[in-house]
Amino acid sequence: MSVELVAYIAFFLTMALTYAVMCLGLNVQWGQTGLFNVGVAGFVAIGAYVSALLTTPDAPDRFGGFGLPILVGWLGAALATGLASFLVGWLTIRLRADYLAIATFGVAVTVQLVALNLQSVTGGPFGIGFIPRPFTNLAGDPLAFSLLNLGVLIVVVVLLYLALEHLLRSPWGRVLRAIREDETAALALGKNATRFRLQAFAIGGAIMGLAGAAQAHFVGFIAPDNYVPLLTFQVWAMLIVGGSGNNRGAILGAILVWAIWAASAGAIASLFPPEQQARAAALRIVLIGVGLCAILLLRPRGILGEERVVSRHLARLRPTRRAASKPTLPES
Amino acid sequence: MQPVAEALSGSTHASGPLVEARDLVKQFGGLRAVDHMSITLRRGEMVGLIGPNGAGKTTLFNLIAGSLKPTSGSIRIGGAEVAQERPERRIERGIGRTFQIPRPFAEMTVLENVLTGSQRQSGERIWMNFLQPSRVAAEERQAVDKARTLLDFVKLSGLEAEPARVLSGGQRKLLELARVLMADPETILLDEPAAGVNPTLLELISDRVLELNRQGKSILLIEHNMDMVARLCGRVVVMAAGKLLTEGTPDEVSRNRTVIEAYLGEVAA
Repeated sequence: MSVELVAYIAFFLTMALTYAVMCLGLNVQWGQTGLFNVGVAGFVAIGAYVSALLTTPDAPDRFGGFGLPILVGWLGAALATGLASFLVGWLTIRLRADYLAIATFGVAVTVQLVALNLQSVTGGPFGIGFIPRPFTNLAGDPLAFSLLNLGVLIVVVVLLYLALEHLLRSPWGRVLRAIREDETAALALGKNATRFRLQAFAIGGAIMGLAGAAQAHFVGFIAPDNYVPLLTFQVWAMLIVGGSGNNRGAILGAILVWAIWAASAGAIASLFPPEQQARAAALRIVLIGVGLCAILLLRPRGILGEERVVSRHLARLRPTRRAASKPTLPES
Repeated sequence: MQPVAEALSGSTHASGPLVEARDLVKQFGGLRAVDHMSITLRRGEMVGLIGPNGAGKTTLFNLIAGSLKPTSGSIRIGGAEVAQERPERRIERGIGRTFQIPRPFAEMTVLENVLTGSQRQSGERIWMNFLQPSRVAAEERQAVDKARTLLDFVKLSGLEAEPARVLSGGQRKLLELARVLMADPETILLDEPAAGVNPTLLELISDRVLELNRQGKSILLIEHNMDMVARLCGRVVVMAAGKLLTEGTPDEVSRNRTVIEAYLGEVAA
């Protein structure tokens, strides 16, 4: 395999894994808790801009940057987006699913418009450039540079995956599922639904912010155009294709949908004459939409549906008695 | 595995809640569903709440359970005024409930459903899962033991790994019972435990409810099945048109002329 191909695959996977992080965040909110967030792009944008402001060198024409280390930028992004999500959640979490969707969509559009117009902070339509990339000193060696960046993203995704699986199988994760299934019953069992939903919303938002920061530092440049509703649509498609409620499904869906997205760009470049390509690009969105419909029809729970996993302590205690699981009581 | 009685008596409060609703009114727009109704439940007592359809039984029940807030009136549990408290506080007050139409967490397993009834688990806090995983694990093991004891008690052990949606109507009622017992309530509100349940399962439900009462649980029971009420309850409260019609022993109530008339619709109308 040629060096270029390996470097390209590493680049592709790194990009796909930044989406996987967004998907993991959405999975906490929607997959586990049933919170219908249609403003993913807005939360990703907050993370991207916060990290960019914290880590870029001082810019005379706008607020910041502070030239801080990349790690500080990433943590700051997760923290700031988590706080922003908490605030949005605090105002909207009592809303029913469809109204929460409208509210979060509004938040995302607002964030994008602020990024576009608050030029003194966000650089306006030109965005923020010169965002420091990890391992810049290796930029002369594209292979090492790509592989190391991929390594960083793999570490981030694996750590997040382990932490989220730990929570999914904990009593906390169980309460989230119970609230998603039947809030009235969960309340009668003493579970403070508002508190749990707010926690899930803030954690999911913080993860999306981290994803935005990681992507910004990988690409090195951000602009308001990156954070349009199309991004939200892509992340939703990824989660639904992979399997809502399943963390592995979220990662798989991100890689798969991003692969289709990347391949369709190549296909359009080769199939359409140059003057038609800008228009033909819309077919990529159609392709994702059709793929989404196909998955919903053929495999409504996604490629890897939600596992019926219980407390992680169960398997060790007593093997589940599936063999004896025939109903022992008469049907009523 | 713990014996049932031990599993059930986990956290019986020394003072214990005594439910006392005074002069409750619940108005839904132009409809007064509960109209200056009072009811008391003494410690260790099993009281039946009966009345024709539309009498306001379930509304009264929801007021006591905290799912609805009264328009006026007072509800005291163990002496504390709770009428305006949030519903999720009721379980801390020792009040557990089941629903007329059972509300299992359909996509969760039977065992997980019961585990959800656990109270004060440190694993319900995000950080405790990372900071003190061994404590969370130890509590979870205890909870699983207790949940399995309760599933044995309601004869659903063989189904613990199945999603709750596969259960029949009667089994769902038993699952709800086990789930609420997980929280060690001192008072249990049972909303029509016999409705839509076949005779064999009905026998089991009656038997379990009686056993819980013997173990000291106070129980308020809405039920249309008078045979069951007569068998289980020492005292019966009759409601009609949102008001108290009468109360007494099952025998007295079933011979009471106004009660018969209420059921025939003369008073309720």
